[in-house]
Formats: sequence, structure tokens, C-alpha cells
Amino acid sequence: MTAEVRPLCKPAEYKSDIKPVWCPGCGDYHVLMSFTRAFAELGLPPEQIAVISGIGCSSRIPAYTSCYGFHGVHGRSLALAAGLKVARSDLTVVVASGDGDGYSIGGNHFIHACRRNIDMTYVVMDNHIYGMTKGQPSPTTEPEFDTALSPGGTGLRPFHPLVIALASGANFVARAFSGNPNETASIIVEAIRHPGFSFIEILSPCVTFRPDEKAWKDLVHPAPVEATNDPGKASRRIMTDDGFNIGILYRGDRRPYQLHMGQASAELAELEREFET
Amino acid sequence: MLKQIEGSHAMAEGIALCRPEVICAYPITPQTHIVERLGEMVRTGELKNCEFINVESEFTALSVAIGASAAGARAYTATASQGLLFMAEAVYNAAGLGLPVVMTIGNRAIGAPINIWNDHSDAMSMSDAGWMQLFAETNQEAVDLHIQAFRLAEELSMPTMVCVDGFILTHAVERVDVPEQAEVDDYLPAYEPVQVLDPNDPISIGAMVGPDAFTEVRFLQHYKQTLALRLISEFAGEFKKQFGRDSGGLLRTYKIDDAEVLVVAMGSVNGTIKDTIDEMRADGIRIGLVTLVAFRPFPVEALRKVLVGPKHVVVIEKSLAVGMGGQLALHVDLALRNVAGAPQVHSVVAGLGGRPITRPSLHRLFRRALVQPWEGTHFLDLNEEVIAKELHYVRKVRRSGPTAENLLRRLRTGAQKPAAD
Ligand SMILES: Cc1ncc(C[n+]2csc(CCOP(=O)(O)OP(=O)(O)O)c2C)c(N)n1
Ligand code: SF4
Ligand SMILES: [Mg+2]
Repeated sequence: MTAEVRPLCKPAEYKSDIKPVWCPGCGDYHVLMSFTRAFAELGLPPEQIAVISGIGCSSRIPAYTSCYGFHGVHGRSLALAAGLKVARSDLTVVVASGDGDGYSIGGNHFIHACRRNIDMTYVVMDNHIYGMTKGQPSPTTEPEFDTALSPGGTGLRPFHPLVIALASGANFVARAFSGNPNETASIIVEAIRHPGFSFIEILSPCVTFRPDEKAWKDLVHPAPVEATNDPGKASRRIMTDDGFNIGILYRGDRRPYQLHMGQASAELAELEREFET
Repeated sequence: MLKQIEGSHAMAEGIALCRPEVICAYPITPQTHIVERLGEMVRTGELKNCEFINVESEFTALSVAIGASAAGARAYTATASQGLLFMAEAVYNAAGLGLPVVMTIGNRAIGAPINIWNDHSDAMSMSDAGWMQLFAETNQEAVDLHIQAFRLAEELSMPTMVCVDGFILTHAVERVDVPEQAEVDDYLPAYEPVQVLDPNDPISIGAMVGPDAFTEVRFLQHYKQTLALRLISEFAGEFKKQFGRDSGGLLRTYKIDDAEVLVVAMGSVNGTIKDTIDEMRADGIRIGLVTLVAFRPFPVEALRKVLVGPKHVVVIEKSLAVGMGGQLALHVDLALRNVAGAPQVHSVVAGLGGRPITRPSLHRLFRRALVQPWEGTHFLDLNEEVIAKELHYVRKVRRSGPTAENLLRRLRTGAQKPAAD
């Protein structure tokens, strides 16, 4: 990752001229703002960034940026992004998803993307609901939350994305809150800079189907301790925290996925050099 | 009971009357209201003895239904569009295993490009999987077909899809007669599975079958569908006796006796077609309609009987076999294969991705069948100007970019220049 800071574009230049159709007050507006601020801070020109998504309110985000975008089918964003990254490893790949897209229908890809540890940043805008289809429970919805599709609540233990990411091999794990766009932007910057698969769970309220989530702004607080590089320690902390610890929770040092294509050509180049001398 | 009710809710109430024991659901527009209403009925106790399980994908939904059905439960699920495609492997599985799951399809287009509106591409993509497929014209028929579908599916131990036009039916508020429980109980006997979990004879379902028997298993599936041709009519007849309504059956006809042009169509568009036919008849044009209810099994004999006589048959369908043309038209051709004096078949693709099929367009189309009959597939209301510009652009520019985005930009700006010029 080119970490050199070049004041190339202002945040506004990473926005497209398409007006978001999110509901007024939706947390995803702030996530978009964090994206543009992070990209500007990294000094990456828009055409060096690819934003890949699936389907959902959250997954509309690529079209609202001036970067390359791909709005794929529901749940497949990580697999798409893997293809894109291996074909164009020079691009900075940011994958955007929701708790439905990323944890339910696309849950399998999540685990394997962590294992594969390709250099990309995975941002899940978690609102504990399917916003786009108007309020059905997702894997992060509380067990007692009552909806038509879960009469009396699902009764199921919520999915723990951060711990699953750790157990599956993600190399960077953070929790952010959409309502703090500057802090979220700096987490995104660090995630992009960190080699391998970086995962950020952004708590992003759905004001329409989860108005109760407006209270999140009063519940979030900075994580009390620094990030660790010990996945076991990070997991234990995350399992026992209140779910509102914000910050970088884990920075790993696993070797990112190596492009075979790249390796092969590197070897060839070496061989050639040998013959030249 | 007569109700002014949203189509999805009426269907849900009809499905509940069939006493499903396991319902599996994953939301997708325009199907979601059906399963949400069923969920509400489970909550309020209107639907008892039913396990309502919310799952993480359509693949799971149908797989859970398959597991439940294999264990002898009456299982139901619903989906649409991308969801049906995502569960495709399970769709074939349910059919191959002969499990009588009933599934509603809230018919919607398939992406890319993403489109949530109505057409029949989803159902047509799964038409060869081994499920029966029934298409509803109205919400009344949608309710009635579900009741018949459970009976048919279980009688033959074969899964059945009830296809209802997304939004046009699912979201329309109409007057629907929702039957009484006792009447439905009379019509639909308790499920008597052909496969049960028998403690005296535990078996493992899902055998590997080699070349020695695979063809025979498939043949029997096909043979059962031919039996369904008789049963569909028979059960529709019994339905009429019990409920006093014509619903279902293989096909219905409208003003066909002296017709020189016959239209063939499936689903809700038949209403608009009938109105058009009435207007054209008032102008002295002898035109009639054949409404197909059953697409699988495909009623070759029944169609042949009604289609021979007129000079022209216009087949209107909301789906396209890309690279081939109208699929339903090809089926109609098949029904007329080797028939002496068979009419000419004219294929029309209309209403893709929710484009309205209007009476003025139908007027022009049907008149054209008499004056300038066409070969190949005609696309109703095609925007030829935009197509011509795009084709011109693509010929000129190698890196012409994604087609959908180009067309949208052209339509937005009305620009003469190609999008990326
Ligand atoms: C295969 C498939 N199934 C279902 C859908 C319908 N669908 C669209 S978005 C969505 C859920 C989105 O939830 P989430 O990812 O949490 O995004 P949000 O809208 O909450 O941001 C569903 C079920 C679909 N598009 N494709
Ligand atoms: S439905 Fe919820 S997630 Fe979707 S745009 Fe509205 S507030 Fe945001
Ligand atoms: Mg969500």
C-alpha cells in the first residue's frame, strides 16, 4: 500500500454526482463521509480505488463514490473483490456490505475471505436489520427483537462478526461508529494501510426500521486498551466487552495472500537477470 | 369470506388454511409480504402447529423445506428472482427426490441489470427442474391455486410452484374470497407422505444413481408430470364443485369460437388482453384468448385442441430466452408440431423488467398479426432509437463500457453523443 500522503483530492472529490437515496438520518451517510475523508487522507486518486458491494441499503455506497464501483449480487461482494484484486493487485480494494449481505447470505465468504487474507479492507455497515427489504432480522439482530419474519424474536444468539473474523484469520479487526466520521475515517485509513484482510464493523443505525439505534451515539465509547496482535487476547476482550467499544482491536502479522501470478513473473525476472549477467 | 385485501395477504391466508407445518423464509421483494403475513399469523395463533423458521438465505429456506418434507411434514416456502436462482440446486434436488414442497414465486426479473419489477424470467429459468408450475391471473386465482397446489403436489409427491406476478398481484389490493377452514379441510386431505421415517425400515434418502438407472428415475419424473395433466383438470373440477369458482386447470379460453387470431399468454396480463379483445371485437375483429395456467406440465394436447382453426396465434410472454427468442412461443410451436393446417405462430416478448403492457400497444400488435404477420420474435414497445445509437456506438468504440449504464445515461440526457464520448 502506498502510504505516502499526497494532498491530491479533497474529500468531496471522492463523491459522485449521484444523490444517495438513503433515508434522512441513516447512518450510512456518515460512512460515505468517512470513506471520502479516508481516501483523501491516503492521497489515493479515485481511479486507484475500487469499492465493491453486494445488495442492501449499505451496498449502494459504490455508486456514491467517484471510485471504480461494482454493485454485485446479494452476498457475493467478497468473492467478487477477490477476483478483482488478483487481476489488478495495484488497486486499493474496499468492500462494503451490510449485516444481511455480509453475515447471512454471504456469511460463508466472510470466513473464507478472512482465511485467504488477500490485501483488502472489508467494511460492514451493521444496523442489526435488513433495511432494504424493510425490517427483517439479520444475524446480528437481538434474539428478542420482534419482526413479522421472526414472530416473538428469533430467539437466536447473535452472530459475533469480530470474533469470527479473528478465529478465521483476519489480519486487522476494528469496530467503528458511523456517528463519529473522523474517527471512522482514521480507522479506515489504518485498515487500508495494514497488509492483508482488514475488517471493520461499523455500527451504522437504521433510523427507519431500528429507531432505537439512535441511542447508539450515547452508548459508544473508545476501547479502553490498545490493539493487540494476539488473536486469543483480542477475542476474549471482544467477547466480554459491551459491544460498543470503538477502535482498532487487533493488528495481526499474518502474511497476506501472495499472488501466484506475481510470484511466477518475479521468478522469471530473476532468471532473466541471471542470464543477463 | 369476501375481503378487500392485499394479494400477498390473501395468499398467506389461503396458505395458512392449508395447514403448513414448516414454513421457511428469507425476504426478497416482491414476495416478502406473503411470508411476513404468515409470520404474523403464527404469532397471533391464527396459524397453529406450524414451525416458522427464519433462515439466512433462500438456499437455506428451500433446503430446510426439503428436510422437513423428507421427514413427512407439509412444507412451504416462497421466493422470487435472484432468490430462486440462488436456491437452484435445491430446486432440482426437491424435484429429483420427489418431495411435495409448495413454493410461491412472486415473479420478478433477473439481474444484471438489477430490477425488482415483474416479469417471468425467474420461473421460466427453473421450468425444467421437475416442479409443476401454475400461473395465476388474479389474486383470487392465486389463493385458489395454492390450495390446489398442495393437493396436487402431495397426490403426486412432486414439488409445485405457484407463480404470481410481482407487484401487479402481490401488492394489489383487491376483492378476494378467502375460503373457510372447513371447506379447505374438505378439499385438501391431511398429507399422506409416500416417504416416511419408518423405524422398522430406516432408509437413507439421496442415493447415488449411475447410468444403469438414472434415465429411468428421470423418466418416471417426466411420466408423473404427464399424470399431472389429468389431475390438474380433475382437481380444478373438484375445486369448482367445492368452492363454486373456476380457478386453475390447464388453460382457459375466452371468445375463441370464431376467432381468426388467438392470443396465448400467462399470468395477470390476461386481464388487459381480455379488455383489448373486447374492444377489438366491437370493431369487428375476430380475436380470442387462451390463458395458460399450467406451464409445467406443459399441456400440449389441450393447447392443440384449442389452437387449430384460426390462421394466426400471437404468443405474448414476459420472458426471453436470450439467443433464441420467446420461450413460451417455442412451446406453442411444439404443441402444433406435425399438425396439418396449424396456424402461424407469432412470438412477442413484452413487459420485461416491469414495463407496462398497455392496451394501445396490444391493439397495434394484434392488428399487425392480421396485416403484417411477422416471423421471429417481436419486442413490444422497443425503444429503437436508443438501441440504434448504442449499436452505432459499440461498433465505433471498442471500450464501449457497460451497456446498462450507457443506456441509462442516454435516456437521462437524451444526448446525441454516446455516453463515454
Ligand atoms: C439472493 C437474494 N435474496 C434476497 C434479496 C433481497 N435483499 C436485498 S437486500 C437484503 C438484505 C439487506 O440487508 P443488509 O445487508 O443488512 O443491508 P441494509 O439494507 O440493512 O444496509 C435482501 C434480503 C436479494 N437481493 N437477493
Ligand atoms: S432503511 Fe434503514 S438502512 Fe436503509 S436507508 Fe433507510 S435508514 Fe438507512
Ligand atoms: Mg443491515
